[in-house]
Amino acid sequence: MPKVSMTVNGKNVSAEVEGRTLLVQLLREKLGMTGTHVGCDTSQCGACVVHVDGKSVKSCTMLAVQADGAKITTIEGLATGNDLHPMQAAFKEHHGLQCGFCTPGMVMSAVELAKHNSNPSEHEVREWLEGNICRCTGYHNIVKAVQAGAKAMAAAK
Amino acid sequence: MYEFAYHKPASVADAVKLLAADGEAKAVAGGQTLIPTLKQRLARPTALVDLSAVRDLVGITVGGGKVTIGAMTKHVDVASSADVKKALPALAALADGIGDPQVRNRGTIGGSIANNDPAADYPSACLALGATIKTNTREIAADEFFKGMFETALKPGELIVSVSFPVAEKAAYMKFAQPASRYALVGVFVAKGPAGARVAVTGAGPSVFRWKEAEAALGKSWGVAAVENLKASASGLNSDIHAGADYRAHLIGVMTKRAVAAAG
Repeated sequence: MPKVSMTVNGKNVSAEVEGRTLLVQLLREKLGMTGTHVGCDTSQCGACVVHVDGKSVKSCTMLAVQADGAKITTIEGLATGNDLHPMQAAFKEHHGLQCGFCTPGMVMSAVELAKHNSNPSEHEVREWLEGNICRCTGYHNIVKAVQAGAKAMAAAK
Repeated sequence: MYEFAYHKPASVADAVKLLAADGEAKAVAGGQTLIPTLKQRLARPTALVDLSAVRDLVGITVGGGKVTIGAMTKHVDVASSADVKKALPALAALADGIGDPQVRNRGTIGGSIANNDPAADYPSACLALGATIKTNTREIAADEFFKGMFETALKPGELIVSVSFPVAEKAAYMKFAQPASRYALVGVFVAKGPAGARVAVTGAGPSVFRWKEAEAALGKSWGVAAVENLKASASGLNSDIHAGADYRAHLIGVMTKRAVAAAG
């Protein structure tokens, strides 16, 4: 079986995987990091979004072997100790979730948007979240949270 | 997914060798179509040949009246390229509208074109701009490349190296996106370039095609007025739960007008 090595939330990890092992399976099943969710498992819902070398990707649509040597950030890697990341804090403040299942992917996706755009319009947020589906249909507060989180990230720099 | 072996060659020559040695091996570019296909067990390759380490396949060059994009260049990099935005803004805008941000962060132009999904965006730009597709063995004109639903002129084991788009005087792409998938229900790329006035339609038929009547009208006199009263034929168009053939034919007309208006 191929052996892969990568950095996950700043820690070096290695694991033996099959060619067909998905990145999300490596994270959840081998590394026990279950913050990244599997929703649709068909690349549509975005619950599984993580960052690979700083870019958001759907970890259900990437093989673990393809992430060999990469720098991965998951939802578990955002907070510093008990201090939530500004985007997480904004989701809490604006109640940007109902059941919470889609939230890890929403937050990871939003963090990449905020890196490019510190003051996104409602339209820009909704366009950016094209690949993140909330079946509670709680988008209204999610959009508010992303806008506030983006501003807070810029202010924290 | 069924099991498969995994290879990650560093050169086109090595990738071609691996594909030649095993007829059941498949090349993987960004994997945004292939991996979901494997997950549904709709394909059973013996091996995947991952092209992501082949540096020669990545990059954008602009010069000599052409924009040339390496096959493994990601949609996000085409969308955000200052050079592409300047030389062929319609192409950058098209790339910026593919799928969603996560798909654009992984998906590649070579993968999109080689797959030739009936609703993919890039094939319309290739056809309307009169692009040339360069492979490891030859150059293929876009007009000769897209053969049918998920079918291209590529031979088994042949790899796309780059795609060259002649810069057009005017060009624009307008897509009526299917609301859930964001694939083109109908997408129309119009261009007035070295190859004349061209109108390429994606999403509507089994494969991308040129709307010759609109091209003739725009060739005589470029402008919305030229296509105002043209009606596309519904014959042979796709019909599914999202839209019937008649509605798709109607959308071809609407999207063509919008694209011509946007191109100026």
